[in-house]
Amino acid sequence: MTESHGKGEVWVFGDYRNYFRNRVTLQLLARARDLAQGLGTKAGVLVFGSRMDEQVGDLAVESVAHGADKVYLIDNPALANYRVETYVNLIVRLAAEYRPAILLLGATRFGRELAPRVAKRLRTGLTADCLDLRLDEKGQLIQSAPAFGGNLVADIITPEDRPQMATVRPGAFQELPHDAQRRGEVVLLDLPDDLPRERVRLISAVRQPHRVEKLETARVVVCGGRGMGSKNKFKKLHDLARLMGGEVGATRPVVYAGWAGDETLVGQAGRQVKPQVLFSFGISGAIQHTAGIQEAELIIAVNKNPEAPMMKMADVAIVADAHQVCLALIKEIKTRLKARAV
Amino acid sequence: MNLVVCIKQVPAVAELEWDQRTGGLKRDLAQGMMNPACRNALEAALQLKADHGGAITVISMGPPQAEEILREALALGADWAVLLSDPTMAGADTLATSYTLAKAIKLVRRDFDLVLCGCYSSDSETAQVGPQLAEELMVAGVAYVETIEVLAPKIKGGRPTIRLSRQTDNFLETLELEPPGVLTVASSGFAPRHVDLSGIQPAFSSRDLIHLDAKKLGANPKLIGQNGSATRILKVYPSVIDKEGVVLKGAVKASVQDLFQLFGARLNGFVGQGYSPDD
Repeated sequence: MTESHGKGEVWVFGDYRNYFRNRVTLQLLARARDLAQGLGTKAGVLVFGSRMDEQVGDLAVESVAHGADKVYLIDNPALANYRVETYVNLIVRLAAEYRPAILLLGATRFGRELAPRVAKRLRTGLTADCLDLRLDEKGQLIQSAPAFGGNLVADIITPEDRPQMATVRPGAFQELPHDAQRRGEVVLLDLPDDLPRERVRLISAVRQPHRVEKLETARVVVCGGRGMGSKNKFKKLHDLARLMGGEVGATRPVVYAGWAGDETLVGQAGRQVKPQVLFSFGISGAIQHTAGIQEAELIIAVNKNPEAPMMKMADVAIVADAHQVCLALIKEIKTRLKARAV
Repeated sequence: MNLVVCIKQVPAVAELEWDQRTGGLKRDLAQGMMNPACRNALEAALQLKADHGGAITVISMGPPQAEEILREALALGADWAVLLSDPTMAGADTLATSYTLAKAIKLVRRDFDLVLCGCYSSDSETAQVGPQLAEELMVAGVAYVETIEVLAPKIKGGRPTIRLSRQTDNFLETLELEPPGVLTVASSGFAPRHVDLSGIQPAFSSRDLIHLDAKKLGANPKLIGQNGSATRILKVYPSVIDKEGVVLKGAVKASVQDLFQLFGARLNGFVGQGYSPDD
């Protein structure tokens, strides 16, 4: 294998641990293929694990069917569990040998722990939680990511160091349809015999029971932000949600303030919701939040500030105190229900 | 235990006023505060100190006013504070930040047992500095830690074992390491305490705070600040999508009725969905 064989490729880290629930690797492969075509090179995926020919009808074949031109495969019992130091070591070796131009990782928890360590070892730049990736006329990777608390987007480049690295939130890109006819090359690699010892011992890893994803599947979602005014006022959102068979979501500041639980966080770091109707009360619309509501069909926002980003992206923007409107809506709905009952 | 906590001053964004004309945030009005996740990390350190003894060193890189959050940390129970401040440290990405913090840790607390960081900052949310710090210090590293337990040393007089748990991608993991190590603390794990009023006055007159500039730190000028950063910001722009939807203003009751007038067809199907007359 010559060094130039992989030089300049676009790589994706294959994070297949929760394949059926988390499609971020496949989503990244779709964009990696576009970027590779733009650069006149190949899209490669790194697949590490144990007995992968038995998983999901062969992960190498699956990766190719979803857009990979090349699969760098290490299949070894020592890779049965995700271990960060081992994976850092493997990626750093492969990157040093094949010299990819771009390396993308899904912003899973593992990806977000792995990526910065790889970037540090390779002394290259890394942009967290990108919303978009594209090439400029010189073939540099433009990485768009939320900035300054999410009211702004920053376009970031890594001008000199390679690979250009980014983590990307699940849902930022669309996966390609499964194409069983696609052909790709599998580069079968051995596990190096001089891997360093893991400094952290894994005592146990217990797969958690599937959580009922009420927020993700709710047809009505009532989201509240700091503009609700207080914890007690925030509670009224539950009354409104109950009247419409909906679920309550919250923004980061509300979770920090203890008005709502961690599990109700809607946005980039929390739940992605796709309701038919989304109510947004007292939310300014930082991108970390709005990234989680992109697929809402009808957005009704309430805020005193008509210029808030949330109000701009709403179908209906009600300029008023969020708590007052919440109370008025509850009253209106109850009136309507009584009228129906008659 | 020798504990180091890295903390960051961030703008209190949620408190910021918006500009009536532009709709943007008035950043110049930004009050600084201790990054919320750093507060959780400090709380974890305070609990470890209370249970197992030792001392806490807090370190922050930032402009001179970042001293405020270090004073606050002293008031909360930290023992020493180190401010890393120098114009040449400005514009650092996580690569340069982790280098600079590691440099300071090696200078003031080379014999640390644990370095604790918040899992991310509220202003940039990269979650990268902690893991990169583990690489730079070449020690064990674990991100998103929810519980920390100190087990008795296996050998008499030896270092204790640190047992950790965390949730990652649908797995509950239990991990162990022998110090030294770098942990980033998940926001759910350690609810921060409030400043004891009696601690504030001594903290503001405390001499246990030192300032280090790049020279005193002995940092390589090529590895700090913008010079040491691999990434460049090309441009920054508002993330606003303007849908030009319907705007309702005036009396609240009238607005709500207008809402049903205009969108009743899309709302009525849900009205009363989860409602029972007992409510």
